[in-house]
Amino acid sequence: MNPTTRTWLLSDAPQTRRQARLGALYQGWLTFRANKLAMLGLVILLALLGIAAFAPWLAPQNPLAQDLAGRLKPPSAAHWLGTDALGRDILSRLIYGSRVTLFIVGTVALIAPVIGLFIGTVAGFAGGWVDQVLMRITDIFLAFPKLILALAFVAALGPGIGNAVLALAITSWPPYARLARAETLSIRNADYIAAARLQGAGRLRLLIGHIWPLCISSLIVRVALDMAGIILSAAGLGFLGLGAQPPMPEWGAMISDGRTYILDFWWVAAMPGMAIFIVSLAFNLLGDGLRDVLDPKGAKE
Amino acid sequence: MAHPDMMAGPGARPPSARRGARLGRQLRGVAGVLLSLALTLLGLLLVTFIIGRVMPIDPVLKVVGERATQAQYDAARLAMGLDQPLWRQFLTYAGQVLHGDFGRSISTGHAVTEDLRRVFPATVELATLGTLIGVCAGVPLGVIAAARRGRWIDQIARVVALIGYSMPIFWLGLMGLLLFYGILGWIGGPGRQGIIYDGMVPEVTGMILIDSLLSGDWGAFRDTFSHIILPASLLGYFSLAYISRMTRSFMLEQLSAEYITTARVKGLSERRVIWGHAFRNILVPLVTVIALSFASLLEGSVLTEIVFSWPGLGQYITKALLAGDMNAVLGGTVLIGTCFVVLNIASDILYRLLDPRAA
Repeated sequence: MNPTTRTWLLSDAPQTRRQARLGALYQGWLTFRANKLAMLGLVILLALLGIAAFAPWLAPQNPLAQDLAGRLKPPSAAHWLGTDALGRDILSRLIYGSRVTLFIVGTVALIAPVIGLFIGTVAGFAGGWVDQVLMRITDIFLAFPKLILALAFVAALGPGIGNAVLALAITSWPPYARLARAETLSIRNADYIAAARLQGAGRLRLLIGHIWPLCISSLIVRVALDMAGIILSAAGLGFLGLGAQPPMPEWGAMISDGRTYILDFWWVAAMPGMAIFIVSLAFNLLGDGLRDVLDPKGAKE
Repeated sequence: MAHPDMMAGPGARPPSARRGARLGRQLRGVAGVLLSLALTLLGLLLVTFIIGRVMPIDPVLKVVGERATQAQYDAARLAMGLDQPLWRQFLTYAGQVLHGDFGRSISTGHAVTEDLRRVFPATVELATLGTLIGVCAGVPLGVIAAARRGRWIDQIARVVALIGYSMPIFWLGLMGLLLFYGILGWIGGPGRQGIIYDGMVPEVTGMILIDSLLSGDWGAFRDTFSHIILPASLLGYFSLAYISRMTRSFMLEQLSAEYITTARVKGLSERRVIWGHAFRNILVPLVTVIALSFASLLEGSVLTEIVFSWPGLGQYITKALLAGDMNAVLGGTVLIGTCFVVLNIASDILYRLLDPRAA
C-alpha cells in the first residue's frame, strides 16, 4: 500500500465520514492481522470457500460415481484419501461436502441471529409485559438441551438438510436474543435515542435505524464464535442420519458410513472427521481474532 | 427505597436480626427462582408436546398395525384420547406427567418411566465420571494458566481448550476406539460391560461401577472400568476445555484485585497467594460452572453413547426417534430438560446462599 493512502487512512482528524469509516476498518484490520492464529483461521476459511466454489474443477472424480470393484481401497496415488464402501473417491466427496457444510453453517448463521436480534431488541425496547413474555419464551428454549431439541425437531419435520438447518436455527437463537436485549437496555435511554425521538422518529424507525446498528457488532462476534458449534451440531445430526440424506456427501454422514468399517478401514471415517475438525478450528480462531477487533472490552478480560 | 439496615446503621439492631433479614431476602429470591422454574418446566412440556403432535407418524397406526379395520382404528384412536381437542390432550398429558406417567413406549413395550429408570443411571454414571475428570484436570490447568499468564503453559492450556472446542467428539470417540481397543487392546470395547459380566452384578444404584464395589466383585469392577474410561475421558476432555477457560478468567480477575497485592506485599509465598487467597474466592462461581458443565455432559453424551453403544438415555432417545416412538422421545426429552433446568436453578440458588453480594 502506498504511504499516502496509509496516512490518509490512519489520520487522527478525518475530513469526511467516508474517511473516518474506512480508517476505522483499516485499524480493525491491522489489529486482526497482528493475530497470527486468527489469520490462519481466515486463510483456512478462504481456502474452504475457494474449494466449495470450484469443487467441480478441483475434485479428481465424480463424488457419486460408485466403483464396487475398487471399494474400501486405502489412500493411494489414484485415490489420495482412499475410497469408501461403495468405491467412491473420499477426497472428491470431501470437496463437494464443503458446499453442504458451508450451506448449513451459512444459513443457520443468517437465520438465528436475525430471529434473536428481532426478539431481543423488541423485548428490550418495549419493556413491560412484552419483555416478560418474550424473555420467558427465550428462557424456555434456552432450558432445552440444544442437540436434543434439534433432534426432536428434525424427527418431527422429517430428516433432510433443509429441516436440519431449520432445527439448528430454532435451537440457536435464544443466546442472541439475550445479547440483543442486554445491548438494547444499555442504549435505550441514551441521549441520541431521545434526540431522534424528539425529531419525530417513530418506534419502528428508532428500532431499525438507531438500535439495530449498535447491536450488530456484538452479534457478529457471537456468531463467529458459534460457527464452530453449529458445524459440530450439523455434523452430529448428519452422523445420526437426520441431516443430509444419501448420497449427498455430508461430512457427518460420511463418518457414520465409515463407522462400520472403523477397525479395518480406518480412513473412511478418519478423513471426514479431520475435515470437520480443521474447519471448526478455523472458525474458532477467526472468532477469537474478530472479538479482539470488534469487542475490545471483552478481549481484555 | 432505602433498606432499614442501611438507615439504622451498624449496631442499631442485634446481628442475629440482621442475619434473619438477610435470610428472608434470600428466601424471597429463592421463591422467585422456584416460580420461574415451574413456569419454565411447563413451557418445556408444552414445546415437547407440540413437537410430538406435529410428528408426521400416525401413533394410532403404530399401535394397531397396518392391517387394522377402520373400526379397530377408530376405537384405538378414541382409547388414546386423540379425538379430543389439542389443549385438552395437553392437559391430560401434563396431568399424567405430574404423576410420573409418560405413557407406554411403542418400541420396547414397557412403560416409559420404567425404561427411563433403567437407562438414566448409565448416563449419569458416564457424565459424573466425565465431569470428575474435567474438574480434576481443568481446574488446576486453569489456575496455573492464570498464574503463569502469557507463558508457555498458558499457551498450551489455550491450545488444549481450543482443540476441545473444535473437536467433533463422536469422531474422537471412534478414533479412540480404533487406537485403544482395536490396535492396542488396552480397554474394553463398546458397551458397559464385557459379555461374561453382563447382568452378574446385583443392581442397587444402577451405576455398575458403584454396584460392583458394593458387592465386592473386583473382576466386574475392573471390567466396567475398562469400558467406561474412554468415553468418560472424552466427555472429560470436553468439559476440561470449558472448565479450564472459565477457571482461568475467574482467577485473572481475582489476581488483579488489590487484596492480592496486599498479600504479596505482606510477603506471603506465591503458592499461598494463589491457592490460599485467590483460588478460595473463585470457588463459588466455579461451582456454577461445574454444574453447567455437568448438565451439558448429560446432553453431550447423546453422540458419545451412540458411538460406544452405551445403553443410556441418549441412545434410548435416538433409537426412539428413529422408530417414531414419540412417548419415549417426549419422556426422555422432558427428563433431560428437567435436569438441565434444575441444575441451572440449583447452582443459582447455591450462588445466592454462598455469596451474600448476590442476594
